[in-house]
Amino acid sequence: MSAVTSQNELEILASRSHLDRLESEAITIIREVVSGCESPVLLFSGGKDSAVLLWLAIKAFAPARLPFPVMQVDTGHNFPEVMEYRDEFVRKYGLELVVASVQESIDRGDIPDPGPTGSRNRQQAVTLLTAIRTHKFDAAFGGGRRDEDKARAKERILSFRDKKGGWEPRMQRPEPWNILNPRIVKGEHLRAFPISNWTELDIWEYIAREEIPLPTIYFSHERTVIERDGMLLSVGGPVVVEEGEIPTKRIVRYRTVGDMSCTGAIASTATTYEDVLAEVSTARITERGATRADDNFSESAMEDRKREGYF
Amino acid sequence: MSSASTASNTQVRIATIGSVDDGKSTLIGRLLHDSKGIFEDQLSAVSKASRRYGDGTFNLALLTDGLRAEREQGITIDVAYRYFATPKRSFVLADTPGHAQFTRNMVTGASVSDIAIVLVDARHGVVEQTRRHVSIATLLGVSHLVLAVNKMDLVNWDETVFDTVVTDVAAIVSTLGSSVPIHPIPICATDGENVVEAGDKTPWYEGPSVLELLETLDIMPAATIEARLAVQWTLREHGGSDYRGYAGRLEGGAIRIGDSVTVHPQGYSSIVAGLTRAGSPTDISVPGDAIAIELADDLDVGKGNVIVVNGDHQPVDATGLIADVCWFTDTELNVGDAIVVRHASGEVSARVSAITHRLDLETLENTPTDRLILNDIGRVELALASPLVVDEYTVNRAGGSAIAIDPVSNATIGALMIRSAY
Repeated sequence: MSAVTSQNELEILASRSHLDRLESEAITIIREVVSGCESPVLLFSGGKDSAVLLWLAIKAFAPARLPFPVMQVDTGHNFPEVMEYRDEFVRKYGLELVVASVQESIDRGDIPDPGPTGSRNRQQAVTLLTAIRTHKFDAAFGGGRRDEDKARAKERILSFRDKKGGWEPRMQRPEPWNILNPRIVKGEHLRAFPISNWTELDIWEYIAREEIPLPTIYFSHERTVIERDGMLLSVGGPVVVEEGEIPTKRIVRYRTVGDMSCTGAIASTATTYEDVLAEVSTARITERGATRADDNFSESAMEDRKREGYF
Repeated sequence: MSSASTASNTQVRIATIGSVDDGKSTLIGRLLHDSKGIFEDQLSAVSKASRRYGDGTFNLALLTDGLRAEREQGITIDVAYRYFATPKRSFVLADTPGHAQFTRNMVTGASVSDIAIVLVDARHGVVEQTRRHVSIATLLGVSHLVLAVNKMDLVNWDETVFDTVVTDVAAIVSTLGSSVPIHPIPICATDGENVVEAGDKTPWYEGPSVLELLETLDIMPAATIEARLAVQWTLREHGGSDYRGYAGRLEGGAIRIGDSVTVHPQGYSSIVAGLTRAGSPTDISVPGDAIAIELADDLDVGKGNVIVVNGDHQPVDATGLIADVCWFTDTELNVGDAIVVRHASGEVSARVSAITHRLDLETLENTPTDRLILNDIGRVELALASPLVVDEYTVNRAGGSAIAIDPVSNATIGALMIRSAY
């Protein structure tokens, strides 16, 4: 065998796109965490990032089955379309699903009841940590991306969490050459972010290339919404029309999927992968800035929640 | 982002390095801003933060200094990753901290980068931290050093000042025995001169802007060794199938169905019977691909084994390593210390059998020593409790790199570049 690179090989190398490089990187991380940990789990919200993450995990182990379960932290304020999608995905790929319920945490008194219309987004951290302890998971894969937020931009691929589930940004483990250090003692756990280096645009390009199924609310549809704090909120469930608010039918889609009480829709006529891609590539506002009330409370909103155990 | 990115776009990874206050975060802010890689809500957040933490003038560094402590203290503590794209390439940019105490984070950012941008404040020239960072980036083996001599406006765009910095940096690189290409550019990051567009203040400089360089530098690695795959995991189908795929990331060279291979460290011989890339069957794979290999023979192969295409350049099944280490922790390293070495081919206990020298950053000479302290770069010899399958770092980065872990605290305490193995 000659080790000298042939013309053919050079052409193949050159044909590997940024998506190929990101895909290989993510698959390598997923495999490394599975080989280095006893009991991993993948967090699957039904959102586009976790759909890409799950897709990559399935590819990482194909044709074998996914060697770990997926878990949804159920705030109880879910879009019904997302629940249908979750169940269909789990059924189609024969996955094991664990549901961690925020309502159960409230019923047990672990977290204060924010009331029927209050956001349950921040409280998810408690439910998540309880589920990680109960099921003895030692690593949780998440679809966090560094381009989402300035605190996330600082996160390592493998994020060490202490016995309380907290994140200490000054004590992060260095990861030269992406060599991950998964060593922990009992009670500690790891968060793993295989798609750290993907941007929102990368995510959509990959979804379109792979034709990854998504919940229908990512595409344009008619919906009754009210405008609150500059965001279009879907009326129903935790969102109750208040005095002075006028419900109107609008053509919208969602750029992110989260708790219904704090995830806003955007006006959009994009009905296909390509339409969305075109829209995302000309967007002038970040997805979280545009659609998530929870991140806009203070300049350090995300960092504070991460220290408490949030993703 | 508004800039078009296409499916055939190559991705380039960059790290900004240099001393504190030389303007790394500001340069990145400028690159993002001028290439339209910043969203409007991020801009308005920066304006707000500029009023709070600064003198009120718009401070581009606040785009990447994302932790509260960083904004309050006006310094970068940890690596921040930023992303932008032009019609030609997409970029992953690691903004690394300039403070010596956070050198471990600089190593993390630079170790996976194709290009390092060295920032130097024209007023101060090359300082110890510049020497440290340039030395580390050179040892890490980046493909290019872009030397951005910043704050040129504060020295009246004086060409002799620029030339002095260029000469000093070239001396560091050549003293270390490296031939990494250096691309010097005079810039002013705060007003964008020569960052994205060529400016008009440097008639004596006719080269490209920083962004033009980033878009055109050749980063394709030339394969000079046979393909190798450190097995991460064995894929097995349930129910009836006897499929067995050895999964990992390919390094070194290309691999094809039919290639003869040797499994290290056992020395088994076999032939590649099947290949998948990202879960789909393929006939050939190239370095960087996440693949799985089926072998023609039924062998006992798993995590810790390295499958290597037969040829002249085989890895070493090593129980002894000689390596350069960047030491990350306050606890000093002494001869006789026990550490854990984590490498692509496994995680083993090791003992420090010798410490020969450390790099003196003033003279750039190797100085004899018997201990290493925080941020030292030095040479160690390690005795491994069981074999690792390694390459020399200069031949294969993935097979020649490892981390040192504290066996008690589990902290990552050093970065190892393997120079020889036995």
